[in-house]
Amino acid sequence: MTKPLLSVEHLSMQFGGLTAVDDLSFDAADRRITAIIGPNGAGKTTVFNCLTGFYPPTVGRLIVSFGESQYQLEQMEGFRIAREARIARTFQNIRLFPQMSVLENLVVAQHTKLMNASMFSIAGLLGLPRYRTVESEAIEKAEHWLERIGLLARSDWDAGNLPYGDQRRLEIARAMCTNPAMLCLDEPAAGLNPRESAELNELLISIRNDDGIGVLLIEHDMSVVMEISDKIIVLDYGRKIADGEPDAVRSDPAVIRAYLGEDGDAQESSNV
Amino acid sequence: MASQPQDWSATLKESAITAAIAAALMFPMIGLYTSTRAGGLAIETRWIELAIGVLLIFLGRIALIRLRDGERLVPFVGGVFAVGLGLQLPLPNGLLTVCCIAGGAVVVLRSVVLWVGGKLKATNDARNSPPLAARAQLFLKQYGPWLGAAVIAFAIAFPWLPFADRRLIDLATLVLIYVMLGWGLNIVVGLAGLLDLGYVAFYAIGAYSFALLSSNYDMSFWACLPVAAMLAAFLGILLGFPVLRLRGDYLAIVTLGFGEMIRIILINWVDFTKGPDGISGIPKPTLFGLSFSRRPPEGTESFHQFFDIPYASVDRIIFLFYVALGLALLTNAFILRIRKLPIGRAWEALREDEIACRSLGLNPTNIKLSAFALGAMFGGLAGAVFAARQSFISPESFTFIESAIILAVVVLGGMGSQIGVAIAAILLIGLPEWFRELQDYRMLAFGALMVAIMVWRPKGILSFREPTLRLHEEDRGAKQ
Amino acid sequence: MEYFLQQLINGVTLGAIYGLIAIGYTMVYGIIGMINFAHGEIFMIGAFISLISFLILGPSGGAMVPIALLVVLLIAMSLTAVYGWALERIAYRPLRGSPRLAALISAIGMSIILQNYVQLSQGARVKTLQPVIEGGFQLMKAGNFTVVLSYMQIIIVVVTVSLMAVFWTVITKTALGRAQRACEQDRTMAALLGIDVDRTISITFILGAALAAVAGMMVTLYYGVIDFYVGFLAGIKAFTADVLGGIGSIPGAMLGGLLIGLIEAFWSGYFSIEYKDVAAFSILVLVLVFRPSGLLGRPEVEKV
Repeated sequence: MTKPLLSVEHLSMQFGGLTAVDDLSFDAADRRITAIIGPNGAGKTTVFNCLTGFYPPTVGRLIVSFGESQYQLEQMEGFRIAREARIARTFQNIRLFPQMSVLENLVVAQHTKLMNASMFSIAGLLGLPRYRTVESEAIEKAEHWLERIGLLARSDWDAGNLPYGDQRRLEIARAMCTNPAMLCLDEPAAGLNPRESAELNELLISIRNDDGIGVLLIEHDMSVVMEISDKIIVLDYGRKIADGEPDAVRSDPAVIRAYLGEDGDAQESSNV
Repeated sequence: MASQPQDWSATLKESAITAAIAAALMFPMIGLYTSTRAGGLAIETRWIELAIGVLLIFLGRIALIRLRDGERLVPFVGGVFAVGLGLQLPLPNGLLTVCCIAGGAVVVLRSVVLWVGGKLKATNDARNSPPLAARAQLFLKQYGPWLGAAVIAFAIAFPWLPFADRRLIDLATLVLIYVMLGWGLNIVVGLAGLLDLGYVAFYAIGAYSFALLSSNYDMSFWACLPVAAMLAAFLGILLGFPVLRLRGDYLAIVTLGFGEMIRIILINWVDFTKGPDGISGIPKPTLFGLSFSRRPPEGTESFHQFFDIPYASVDRIIFLFYVALGLALLTNAFILRIRKLPIGRAWEALREDEIACRSLGLNPTNIKLSAFALGAMFGGLAGAVFAARQSFISPESFTFIESAIILAVVVLGGMGSQIGVAIAAILLIGLPEWFRELQDYRMLAFGALMVAIMVWRPKGILSFREPTLRLHEEDRGAKQ
Repeated sequence: MEYFLQQLINGVTLGAIYGLIAIGYTMVYGIIGMINFAHGEIFMIGAFISLISFLILGPSGGAMVPIALLVVLLIAMSLTAVYGWALERIAYRPLRGSPRLAALISAIGMSIILQNYVQLSQGARVKTLQPVIEGGFQLMKAGNFTVVLSYMQIIIVVVTVSLMAVFWTVITKTALGRAQRACEQDRTMAALLGIDVDRTISITFILGAALAAVAGMMVTLYYGVIDFYVGFLAGIKAFTADVLGGIGSIPGAMLGGLLIGLIEAFWSGYFSIEYKDVAAFSILVLVLVFRPSGLLGRPEVEKV
């Protein structure tokens, strides 16, 4: 059996006395959209931050495997995770480079490739053809993505001047320009209107099918999650309470409890 | 602007309050004077000076209030009157004279600006065109390359223009040194967004490298130049390492401390640096081995002998100007080019969002270190030119104020804009130096200029950023 | 041992003075997030005003000395406070909401202006004041070396500690302190809740300047030598103290000031006086490498 693209084993994360994630294990497969859902404060973003190297996990292993290579994320610096284990992410509160143009945002994402081609900037300074080829390839790739997210006409705008929905899509395109093996999206539908939300669904499905990579998704918007996810993991207070296909999770009593409260009485007593 | 002017009693009341505060401020400093006598310190009073000072503030405040309410004529006449008064009347204190003239000039200027601005506005409203500043930027964007070429042509022709005397050329060389420093620091502050208050350290290293290498090993300017640049860049990396994790103001104070440490070491390591006495007799650069002295040492030839022209001491100054100009143009070309390379974009991306950079696989450590190293390198180059210009350097030339001036050149110029930095260097270095008569008031004027420009244009004189890559010709989206 | 004790006394005295200046920096930093670079100059002006007041009150020896001291203290605090207020009004208020670097440059410009203003109005020469308070306790004697705790040192430490206590009460217990902390957290929200933000910021500058004036008076009395340039180094040191303690934190400023004072005293006492500033900065760098937010500063959590 081949290894899953991402496998999280016994992940725990503590901040002081607070346990944000508690003994969490799950897999996320290639060419699948895996969603992590759960009430506020369930530890979803913490899982992402452990995955992408912003916090070293207290306990646990995070393994990424593709082709012949295998990486243990918990031992890697953040930028290496992005560069070598090829995990790209977006952020809950969009983190574009607001004063740089849309196109530049996408080209910065291809920094590693360009930097190698520029040979510590020397080839670039001299304008060697070798560097020029790589640069125009990078621009082509950026154009390709601009077309897919419908921003080609605004390529020279400052990213910070784009409308909110466009910024969300641009951030996804920027992450895709790093040529990732897995794309991690932190609440991509937050603040989108229904039409934009539908466009996002299309985009994510096309990324799964056409680009053939794994997508890991944190989301509150159930319509997005239920419609496009292949697998759903439900967290509550840092623990996994359900794991399965959307239909199975939807009817799972533990999930209903976590979202709606035990029942009338229990809810009242817990509020006291 | 079109609001009704305040009635006079309200104006007078507001001005009186200002005058009262001014009186409290000036009473101990202007009204009283601590003079050193034989038996120790004694107090002298200067009531007349105090009274004149308070009166000037009172009148100035009235003028400003009137200006604020859109009145132009009365303040204008008052301002002209104040300038005339300051020039003609022997006020008891030079400080008062200077303040009187400067204050009057400011009022005159503002009333003129108000008048011209009003005119422009009246014609603009109909056509709904962008404000003046935006249009100036558009103009620069369109004609930028031509303008740049014109500026370079002017700079090359400069020493041969009729008004360019010895002193002016020498001053222009100094301005070019600061332009170079500004561009170098701009890499660190403007592009990479790292606040460096100790840039003078690299300037000092460049100057001392050249001075020490030439006096101890007889190395020529051209041989020392790359060494000075390398040493400064190396020091930049050395400083970079401990401060990598620091942010914003923590970084600022550590770099400031670093600059002070270098200066203290230069003062106290007497065996090596000759301490506070400094190093003198630093040689001037040569033109392919041709020196610019009247009587060159045995076995060498000098410029005027080789070309068989009469000796002129100004040749040396002109040559140094061209050396500085050449290095400055080189710096400019280098920075313009590297901004469009991956490393240049990575600096800017780092300034915008370090966390996003990491998530895209950019290594912040390397990017920061490269910014420090390259910025420092240009500081080192400028330092070597400075040492050659002065022929004498001592730790006194490398105090914190120097770092502050360079930073001011960058910020006033509008961070990231090459031409803005050059304009700011001319304004900040050229103007105060040119008004030599004001010698004592030079730094005062300098400080006032810094505050005034920042209050007037907080983003700098020219602040717009041209994307390093474009797909379409002209379209940047609505601002804000 | 005796030598150690003497350096300890000197260090604590020096640290108390740095602490007073440092509080002004840290308060302003807390409330508007900018380095008030001209604060060192405010301290220098405080020193000059105290010097001038001393000269006016003249040689009122004997029993009059304590009263004279108190009067000088009040004059210096109030007149310097006007300077602090004017500084904020002229150079910082128009820049509120502008890029941080703009405010920093404006502050540096103001610092240059104030330095030159005093130099031009009071002359560039060093001013020397005859000692007003002399004598002290001889604590210990070992051979030729006597450990002295001068009356002046006692005054400095007592005044500093009591002012800090008063100040701490103001910040933690009064409505003004609450308004200040509210502005620190969120200026827009504070304004919406009816706090006069401009006034709160002005008062912060006034308080900071008053404390700097006290420091200025202490330096004038303790060293008896001042010139227009004293503000620069003292300001830098005080700011270093702030960063060492964790900028924005008032206990941090006091602790940092004390530490910088001690480092300087011991380094000059045991190693070399020339490199005392290098030592202070090096220790700052060392501390920051391990604690990037200073000793008592809240570590900045990376919100992702």
